[in-house]
Amino acid sequence: MGEPDGSLRLLLQVLWAQLLCGWVMGSELTFELPDNAKQCFYEDIITGTKCTLEFQVVTGGHYDVDCRLEDPDGTTLYKEMKKQYDSFTFTAAKNGTFKFCFSNEFSTFTHKTVYFDFQVGDDPPLFPNENRVTALTQMESACVSIHEALKSVIDYQTHFRLREAQGRSRAEDLNTRVAFWSIGEAIILLVVSISQVVLLRSFFSDKKTTMTRVGS
Amino acid sequence: RNYVKMCSLPRFMLEVFLVNCCLGLVSSLYFHMTEGEQKCFIEEIPADTVVVGDYWTQLYDEQKREYLPATRNLTLSVAARTPTDELILSHKETKGRFNFTSFTSGEHKICLHDSVANYFNIGVTLQVVCMDIRSGERTNNYTEIQKRELLTQLQLRVRRLSAQVHDIHKELIYSRSREKNFLVINHNVNMWIYWWPIIRSVAGKITVKDQNRHLKTVDLN
Repeated sequence: MGEPDGSLRLLLQVLWAQLLCGWVMGSELTFELPDNAKQCFYEDIITGTKCTLEFQVVTGGHYDVDCRLEDPDGTTLYKEMKKQYDSFTFTAAKNGTFKFCFSNEFSTFTHKTVYFDFQVGDDPPLFPNENRVTALTQMESACVSIHEALKSVIDYQTHFRLREAQGRSRAEDLNTRVAFWSIGEAIILLVVSISQVVLLRSFFSDKKTTMTRVGS
Repeated sequence: RNYVKMCSLPRFMLEVFLVNCCLGLVSSLYFHMTEGEQKCFIEEIPADTVVVGDYWTQLYDEQKREYLPATRNLTLSVAARTPTDELILSHKETKGRFNFTSFTSGEHKICLHDSVANYFNIGVTLQVVCMDIRSGERTNNYTEIQKRELLTQLQLRVRRLSAQVHDIHKELIYSRSREKNFLVINHNVNMWIYWWPIIRSVAGKITVKDQNRHLKTVDLN
């Protein structure tokens, strides 16, 4: 009884939102995912919108995460386990709330930083009364194409920055591990060599007392 | 019963209208927060970059599957910290916008914390938070810029391109300083892997000679 009412409400909500917005923008966020945690995000999408979900693990453990994308009915559209980076494009076949989750439940003590970029539809145009069929002058269309090119440059820069952050995180881990190992090994060697000398000395001095007792 | 259902629709539409107005008609991505939870978002940005965030929150009853009416004392604490862990912003509101400008380049953390006082039915209700964080050129409000500086359409487009190029340039300068840090870390690793074994083997030889000296003093009859 409650369910048809709920979905009607949601449909109306989404359609009303679309009427007000015209376009729905995407969002990109970098968030922390603690160990054994799962983080889900929800977005209301209408049918026919082309959406892209892109994610990348920035720091933590083996730099992998589980990702799952579900449509309003609960059907899994995308499911990957222990992925470092991926991009998934789909066209919304239903109206409603789409849900995507990132899971770090397989990890016991490493917490991770995950970046995702969820693009829904096209970006809104600069002028509100402009749409795809508005005639633009040569200058204006040149500006539009430069804007699109610069958007992709910024996108590549973001990915480059994330990969560099991942490389730097690995290098910092390596530095810490090598430092601890080197110092630890040196201490162990020192302890072993001192104890070797002490043990051998004690062994021979015992024998000396035994020999003198036998002699007399 | 049908009459009651019909009446609730306009109120709910008004609610959605208010929601979208409050969000400033931006992204409608949302997530759930449970009692006492803290969620942190990271913005790795160069210096002198404006970061603007819009957020909106409401309580949701999982059993009844509906939003609870908005109460005045439902708040969400937002705290923004610099890479050196200094607090630069602290907000506590139901919905709104926060903004800050970064002084140094690096990882800025924006943490959301909800207060326990919000929940009267813990375990069943959770807090729905709509969140959108933008930085750099995407924070510009072009309608306002056009009105303020009286630009033509073409001039506004060029202004947007100029803001984008400025962002790209700042990011490149930041990536150069990050590369320098990376070189320092690599240099440290190199020191441990190359020089330390040499030092250790020299120390080892000295230790062995010392051991021989100690063992020679042992009288073998």
